[in-house]
Amino acid sequence: MFESLTNRLGEVFDRLKRRGALSEADVAAALREVRIALLEADVALPVVKDFIARVGERAVGAEVVRSVTPAQMVVKIVHDELTAMLGGDSAGIDLAAAPPATILMVGLQGSGKTTTTAKLGLRLARNDKKKVLMASLDVRRPAAQEQLRVLGEQAGVATLPVSAIEQPLAIAKRALETGRLEGYDVVLLDTAGRLHIDDEMMAEAAAVRDATDPVEVLLVADALTGQDAVTLAKAFDERLRLTGIVLTRVDGDARGGAALSMRAVTGRPIKLIGVGEKLDALEPFHPGRIASRILGMGDVVSLVEKAAETIDRDDAEKLARKIRKGGFDFDDLAGQIRQMRRMGGVEGLLGMLPGVAKVRKQLAEANVDERMLVRQEAIIGSMTRVERRNARLLNGSRKRRIAAGAGATVQDVNRLIKQYKAVNNMMKRAGKLGKKGLMRHGLPGMPPVGSF
Amino acid sequence: MAAEAPPQQTGWLVRLKAGLGRSSSRLADGIGAILTKRRLDDDALEALEELLITADLGVQPAAELTQALAKERFDKQVSPDAVRAALAGTIAAILEPVARPLALDAAHRPHVVLVVGVNGTGKTTTIGKLAKAWRDQGKSVMLAACDTFRAAAIEQLEAWGERAGCPVITRAPGADAAGLAFDALREAQARAADALIVDTAGRLHNKAELMAELEKIRRALNKIDPGAPHDCVLVLDATVGQNAHAQVETFGRMVDVTGLVVTKLDGTARGGVLVALAQRFGLPVFAVGVGEGVDDLRPFEARAFARALMGLEG
Repeated sequence: MFESLTNRLGEVFDRLKRRGALSEADVAAALREVRIALLEADVALPVVKDFIARVGERAVGAEVVRSVTPAQMVVKIVHDELTAMLGGDSAGIDLAAAPPATILMVGLQGSGKTTTTAKLGLRLARNDKKKVLMASLDVRRPAAQEQLRVLGEQAGVATLPVSAIEQPLAIAKRALETGRLEGYDVVLLDTAGRLHIDDEMMAEAAAVRDATDPVEVLLVADALTGQDAVTLAKAFDERLRLTGIVLTRVDGDARGGAALSMRAVTGRPIKLIGVGEKLDALEPFHPGRIASRILGMGDVVSLVEKAAETIDRDDAEKLARKIRKGGFDFDDLAGQIRQMRRMGGVEGLLGMLPGVAKVRKQLAEANVDERMLVRQEAIIGSMTRVERRNARLLNGSRKRRIAAGAGATVQDVNRLIKQYKAVNNMMKRAGKLGKKGLMRHGLPGMPPVGSF
Repeated sequence: MAAEAPPQQTGWLVRLKAGLGRSSSRLADGIGAILTKRRLDDDALEALEELLITADLGVQPAAELTQALAKERFDKQVSPDAVRAALAGTIAAILEPVARPLALDAAHRPHVVLVVGVNGTGKTTTIGKLAKAWRDQGKSVMLAACDTFRAAAIEQLEAWGERAGCPVITRAPGADAAGLAFDALREAQARAADALIVDTAGRLHNKAELMAELEKIRRALNKIDPGAPHDCVLVLDATVGQNAHAQVETFGRMVDVTGLVVTKLDGTARGGVLVALAQRFGLPVFAVGVGEGVDDLRPFEARAFARALMGLEG
């Protein structure tokens, strides 16, 4: 349902078709669309209004550079301003305190505090080589303390032994005491989820804060949060003096406007983001990427990085040589399918690309998903080695055998062969163009990087 | 509305109103400030629209509601209360058709309820409260702990099972959720239980693999009883913004969601996205969660919700 801002602005400016400096009227028209885009991304209204005012000032009179359209110009200004507002470069976790450095995790129910605590514990232990102790002060939700204990076991991070009758403040004190006596560098305190308007619970958290003097008080907040983000972030900050925010479920498809809202009302940096269910799925926050996402422009940088991470360099070079010789075979196609799956499947890839909402919908209707990739791999797996190298061998009876072997239909096999031929043709063309040609023409389906 | 409610419901109304009251007071004050000063002109309408947006109604629904109001009363002198009442009336009319409780069909033994949602919305807690409510009505209820992924999710459901007094079918962490659902339904049939509530692991709807796993649970239940699950409840967190649309759409497509439960309405989030969801999907809202206590699951009342949202007394 979300239309990319670039497309939207494209429409606005199509009607205007003007070049030169951006006039007040152009900017006003564009900013109406920006406003809607931000609101649909769940950025809180007061924050949207401030933002629009700031961008408006910057944009009026800005020269439109020759090579870009006015729409792209406005998007660039909006994107830059958004990135700036989300906070320069990513801020790390502060551990500068007499050990044990205490980190207090707070937030609403279900925001992901316990999981985040374990992820952070693992990260500090693994990346920063710290000796970490985790303690759950959640005596309200059934089995919450047990949850942290199990996660600690999975992460190989120590947890404070659970005592059945202790109150949160007492547990916190015991955790610090244990931390001191047993030489821990960091003590992570996971707390019960609480509503920011629950005075009693907020007072309890404040008491823990005062007693433990934490070096970091991190608000764990859900990236799916709507307009309420401002209210809750402000309340937590006022009562507990936050030092930073951890945004969870960033691997969802929410546009994450809450990040901007919370950053704007508290002035606290977003330090980390949760990007998956696994315990190592906690990453530093990159303002530029979230800015792109809020604006519905996809995340080209992440895509490029992910590709670089996942695609084996040697494999790529081998493939390039093969392509030049025109010998791209089914084994290579299988390799590509595997790579695609490693990068999060069709859905994951598309989610990171700008302007593909429509394609995505068509794909969803065509049922192109993870399972299709798995099936295609199975079909290739059912071919003999000779068949994989020579598609021309595949006659009716071979196709029937392959289909039976892969639990697929002959139509599926045909579809795969067709796809193979298309890829092969494309590769041959790309091979002829050489590396320079590829860069000039851009990869099909991918806009040239830096187009906004 | 308070007068119509049976005595034991006063508690929840007070609580809901206290919760919603807190959240809507700003909204109500805002409207008051706009309208005591001037007539219902363009500026006033724009401000109204923005106030609806801050309640998570979404840009388009907010615009439409404001337009409807404008058609009737533009440029007239209107009191803040009248505007609030009119808006509440419109919202209530939208929500009225979806305010339907989750009813157990005695023809099914058991009536199977699959509970799904993204992580942290309150599925397990909602199941605990739902089980308690049905137990209080004298029904026999069984729970299936199919969240075998999250650490201690099984223990959490077991604790709720104990509170509600119903057996919980479990397997070791990491076990196949679909297999567990299958066994649980067998067992519930053998005991001729009135209801079987199946808890599932929280999952983001954009993860194809996890959604496929959910579909597998559904198929497993289907194998034993072609009608099962008879209901599939999507649990939504009231703090959610416009992403709720994507959640309802995707979960709906994968597992045929038959209704919603909205949790955490005792906070300041107003759950205004429900209005847009009602317009777009028309799915029943089975119940709302207003606290952590075992009795804090309540029927959804359109009029009360709408009026509380607009800061009006019952």
